[in-house]
Amino acid sequence: MGGVHPEENKFSENAAIEMLPLPKQVIVQLGQNLGAPSKPLVKRGDMVKVGQMIGKGESFISANLHSPASGKVLKVDDAPDASGYRRPAVYIDVDGDEWVDDVDLSPGIERAIKLSRQEIIEKIKECGIVGLGGATFPTHVKLMVPDGKKAEYLLINGVECEPYLTSDHRLMLEKGEEVLIGTQILMKALEVDKAIIGIENNKSDAINHLNTLAAGYEGISVQPLKVKYPQGGEKQLIKAVLNREVPSGKLPIEVGCVVSNVGTAFAVYEAVQKNKPLIERVVTITGKAVKKPSNFMVRIGTPISQLVEAAEGLPENTGKVINGGPMMGKALTNLDVPIVKGSSGILLMKKEESLRPTSKTCIRCSKCTVVCPMGLEPFLLSKLSKLAEYERAEKQKIMDCIECGSCQYTCPSHLPLLDYLRLGKLRVGQIIRTRK
Amino acid sequence: MNDIMIYSLVTLALMGGVLSIILYFVAQKFKVFEDPRIDLVDDVLPKANCGGCGYPGCRKFAEVTVEAAEKEHSLEGLNCPVGGNDVMKEVAGILGLEVEEQEPLIAVVRCFGSKENSPAKIKYDGPATCAFAHNLFAGEGGCPNGCLGLGDCVAACDFDAIHMNPETGLPEVNDKCVACGACVKACPRGIIELRKKGPKGRRIFVSCINTEKGGPAKKNCEVACIGCSKCFKVCAFDAIKMENNLAYIDFDKCTLCRKCVPECPTNAIHEINFRPRKPKPEAPPKQEPETVLATEKSSTQSETKPAGESNPDERAK
Repeated sequence: MGGVHPEENKFSENAAIEMLPLPKQVIVQLGQNLGAPSKPLVKRGDMVKVGQMIGKGESFISANLHSPASGKVLKVDDAPDASGYRRPAVYIDVDGDEWVDDVDLSPGIERAIKLSRQEIIEKIKECGIVGLGGATFPTHVKLMVPDGKKAEYLLINGVECEPYLTSDHRLMLEKGEEVLIGTQILMKALEVDKAIIGIENNKSDAINHLNTLAAGYEGISVQPLKVKYPQGGEKQLIKAVLNREVPSGKLPIEVGCVVSNVGTAFAVYEAVQKNKPLIERVVTITGKAVKKPSNFMVRIGTPISQLVEAAEGLPENTGKVINGGPMMGKALTNLDVPIVKGSSGILLMKKEESLRPTSKTCIRCSKCTVVCPMGLEPFLLSKLSKLAEYERAEKQKIMDCIECGSCQYTCPSHLPLLDYLRLGKLRVGQIIRTRK
Repeated sequence: MNDIMIYSLVTLALMGGVLSIILYFVAQKFKVFEDPRIDLVDDVLPKANCGGCGYPGCRKFAEVTVEAAEKEHSLEGLNCPVGGNDVMKEVAGILGLEVEEQEPLIAVVRCFGSKENSPAKIKYDGPATCAFAHNLFAGEGGCPNGCLGLGDCVAACDFDAIHMNPETGLPEVNDKCVACGACVKACPRGIIELRKKGPKGRRIFVSCINTEKGGPAKKNCEVACIGCSKCFKVCAFDAIKMENNLAYIDFDKCTLCRKCVPECPTNAIHEINFRPRKPKPEAPPKQEPETVLATEKSSTQSETKPAGESNPDERAK
């Protein structure tokens, strides 16, 4: 249902993943995952090693945090995040690159899965793995299937439907085998025997590569998909691969599915087989004016300015620096913001393309309802939320909106539909919470 | 021809008579007693239907006051901010009660992060509503508590009492303000507060609600409260409260002595509608360097207009 076809602009798809040099200082935000922020375990002056736990996830939906660098803790203080609001973070002055002893740093691929189902989930929890597709939902919580429900399929999301971004694409090409082993680990944890990797047709090299590799892994298959945004959304992927529809307000497990990103599968492999916590991720840095669009393996907490430098600097006519892709990403308020677990790409937009066109009135063309992947009526919902008619908005299922931005992208009058939908969702969410 | 007319007249008269008798009994049966005083009270209310009293509309307020008079024989806690003391006295007169005189309130914008004091580092081009911008980012100037300048308070005002000053980018409250509290509710950052108008409109308040530590607060805004506690120390009346790196002046305790105003190193404390200060006698020899700096600054700063001020000419430092 719905969907749009924005220009792909995948400039960095042929740039191999490079290691970004260690920064001088890392700022590790304590609230990097969906749910409760982690509780800091270090204090000013402590010496930490790479991979040492520095934040503990204490509530049910929360994740552990590990030091991405070795050195001295400068302070535990508030640091501005991508929105400019100050949130608690751990500042670490980097000194050398000393890892904790129990991480296996050997380059070989570990194929045999030795741990049991329970041990795998424990390990994933300990290593602080969260969904790396962007939502940063703690993976161990996702793997604990509620009583009475049974997972039938594991879907691995290699769609990467956001224009410009290529981090998942490169990961599938370069770490294909690790991704497949990670998939097997997740299958074992979920006790499912079928896993499907969904990849869009514009990544034919990744489809071929994983298809050849998947022959050696029982139960894993690759499914090529049509190119369409937002196919990488959980519910959209399930619909595209299995033709099942997740009911409104329910989770994918309702239709027997669990969806994970390829990046998450890779992180799961590293955690379970190599005992390496989630301290780095692949980040794309790209844009039409960027001299060297590339993919970097970046330590969490590295300032974005360093990434920009590695891509040979900020182009002169940059209008906006977007954290994420052009459809769902948000503009950054400053460049010293650190990379977090959920950052998949940094997009430098040229001034002329970054400006919002002036909004005109709604001409009732119904394009937004046609493209909405959730079957909503964005023109109506945005109006309702503008007029603060939150109860009606709730009845019209505003909470089903996945904030993909297709409506705003397609609107010929350039109405800020998504902005008002987000505002409405926030208010309706507050109302629902107070009702409980 | 005549017959037809007579018949129809007779039938209609009969029908009218029978139906009126039925209607009379129905009206007796379903009669709802409404206190006639409700109408009387409703008539004196200003009919602004602003909700400033806390009830949906003037009619409801009239019902509530009459009910309170009936049950509790007092009008405590009930006040029409738009009508003020005059209207409340009239209402009390109708109900045969007394009301305590309430000090009039006014909306005060507690942020002075103007375009000059808190220069924009980034540019926001999303929808012009504070509610959305507040959830998106900290603000163009970077202050997470500062005014976003998009005018949700202006849109909320039914009395034409709050307007954006295009020069400062901040809302300013004028004399039309009746303290209905609509702007207070509309501001997502809680910048606007209803404070006592004060004698002759004189009031002193801390024009900042930033709770960050001094360093980050000052980095984003020249006139931020940095939580230095200087005003707290100088206040002899225990009217200033320090909490979360922020000073707050309690208007019930404040005696308007103005001692705290020159003490503030960032000029975050504003005094409104006071007479100009007498030129200071020569500085005492022991004065600390920071205080000197502060007074120097305050004299240069007094040219700029503070937010929430009604008449800039009356104000001086």
